[in-house]
Amino acid sequence: MRYGPLVVMEDLSFQVHRGEIFVIMGGSGSGKSTLLKHLIGLKAPAEGSILFEGEDFLEADERTRKGILRRMGVLYQNGALWSGLTLAENVALPLEEYTELDARSVGEMVALKLALVGLRGFEAFYPAEISGGMRKRAALARATALDPDVLFFDEPSSGLDPITASRLDDLILQLRDSFGTTIVVVSHDLDSIFKIADRAIFLDIKEKTMTATGTPQDLRETPPSDEVRRFMTRSSGEGSPDEPGASDDRKAPGRRDGP
Amino acid sequence: MGLEVRREDRILIVELTGDWKLARAIPRFAPLLESDPQAPAAEVVDFDATDLGSWDSSLLTFLQQGMIHCEAHQLEFRSGNLPEGISRLLDLARAVPEKETGPAPKAPSLASAMGTWGLGAWADLLAAITFLGEVTDSFRRLILRRFRMRWRDFWVVVQSNSSGALPIVTLIAFLVGMIISFLGAVVLRRFGAGYFVSYLVGYGMLREMAALMTGIIMAGRTGAAFAAELGSMKITEEIDAYRTLGISPVDHLVMPRVLGLLVTMPLLSIYAGFIGILGGMVVALTVLDLSVTQFMGGLMQAVTLSDGLLGVFKGTVFGLIIGLSGCMKGMQTGGDAAAVGKAATSAVVLGITLIIGANAVIDWLAVLLNV
Repeated sequence: MRYGPLVVMEDLSFQVHRGEIFVIMGGSGSGKSTLLKHLIGLKAPAEGSILFEGEDFLEADERTRKGILRRMGVLYQNGALWSGLTLAENVALPLEEYTELDARSVGEMVALKLALVGLRGFEAFYPAEISGGMRKRAALARATALDPDVLFFDEPSSGLDPITASRLDDLILQLRDSFGTTIVVVSHDLDSIFKIADRAIFLDIKEKTMTATGTPQDLRETPPSDEVRRFMTRSSGEGSPDEPGASDDRKAPGRRDGP
Repeated sequence: MGLEVRREDRILIVELTGDWKLARAIPRFAPLLESDPQAPAAEVVDFDATDLGSWDSSLLTFLQQGMIHCEAHQLEFRSGNLPEGISRLLDLARAVPEKETGPAPKAPSLASAMGTWGLGAWADLLAAITFLGEVTDSFRRLILRRFRMRWRDFWVVVQSNSSGALPIVTLIAFLVGMIISFLGAVVLRRFGAGYFVSYLVGYGMLREMAALMTGIIMAGRTGAAFAAELGSMKITEEIDAYRTLGISPVDHLVMPRVLGLLVTMPLLSIYAGFIGILGGMVVALTVLDLSVTQFMGGLMQAVTLSDGLLGVFKGTVFGLIIGLSGCMKGMQTGGDAAAVGKAATSAVVLGITLIIGANAVIDWLAVLLNV
């Protein structure tokens, strides 16, 4: 990954398994969000490829690429709701674009998606009229409108108070547990990482590559480098390392088979 | 704020007394040591803060200077006798080593600067061609009904650029008509041809000035607004959200704006033409003492339908230019707030430049085709 002549990250190689919650973590400026932009096709890697079920979707033809994008949902750091549309219109647009549902069914689907994120009755509101936490939840409703196979989250807890952030984490877990959705999260929030992650990688800004992969608990107990140890055990109110992490019994039902 | 230096064996003791506040000038550390003739023999700099009053960052800045001076002159800097809060803050300031940025980059040579400019211009050209290709493809899909355009957005653009733009277009067109008429009054009256002022006003407004002035007004008003709107959407990742859903932002954001302007600009040009003629008539009636019948008679005799149609054609082309340049600059906005302002400015500059260029080309073609 590079910006002009500046190499941001190199030698990155990892797999995300179906039905797992996979966290990309690292300090500020380590390239987490840039990596996410590569994963969702907004940027092309300087070298190498990104495969979706074995298909290099950056090289794929337009139709295949659109088919893959149809199976992805993205929750941006600030929601990125379309400001000129109401919440209902935001959630409805992907449905109108990709399905043949009539207007009534779209309306019902929109109401359901907004209700699932706790925004029943906010259909006619514009993004500017609701709080930051509500915007994120509305954006989640939009990201899940087409029941995507993979959901990407960019810093889901940023800008949220701890309670709202924790609720969003619960929502992420529920999505995985209920729908078997594969979830990829970019985060540096230890609280959130220990709560939701099945597996994580650590991007090291100094080494310019990923220096660790494993469960958050493993990375905390046997950190492969000082940088990972400092990150995983930093003593802040948030993300206390003593907190029990993602429990082993929290297995995805696996709506789809295979890795 | 008091400061004294005394010496005990090989230790220089800096005595800090009184209140150290930012409101007063911060003393320099180096001259303090230089004032002591025996200072060169010292190996340690220590502090006595027994009589130190309240303090703020001014004291820390002074001590920071001291630390740097001691490092440079191989002196031991003892901060142990300073109040605990000060020691902690000094430790904090030293915690992260200074980033090595290397030597300052040299100013690029003329050849390098020209090369960089050339590459940038080439990249801009490619981006413009790509954007035009995307818009053309989107228009093709709209004709083939391959995507559903949000007609509400289209009508919002139409409304904002018709009734919303009328006051400024009316004012400018009226004044331009008056100016042309004044010009005609001064020049034509000398030859006893004041009657032909209506010809000049009608011909000038309908063929040239109505579309041109409306285009310039709309480039400043609407082109900048398009660039700023789309630029803000780029920063808030709204455009990325379209792309990652596999939905073309050109279909949903650019097409309604460009088509909306394509519809309103010719109408505004016609309107501006009539208002300009009205402005010209006011001058003709008051300065040249022509009657309404005389003015209108001269106008109807000389000005043809093709003059009006040429103005409408120009308005359509200018509408396309304004819509495309505004949207293109908005879609190419960088990642910060300053970039939005830059995009809006570039949209206006590009829009006006292209409008004037296109006007010259259309006039030239009109002469060739005898229109």
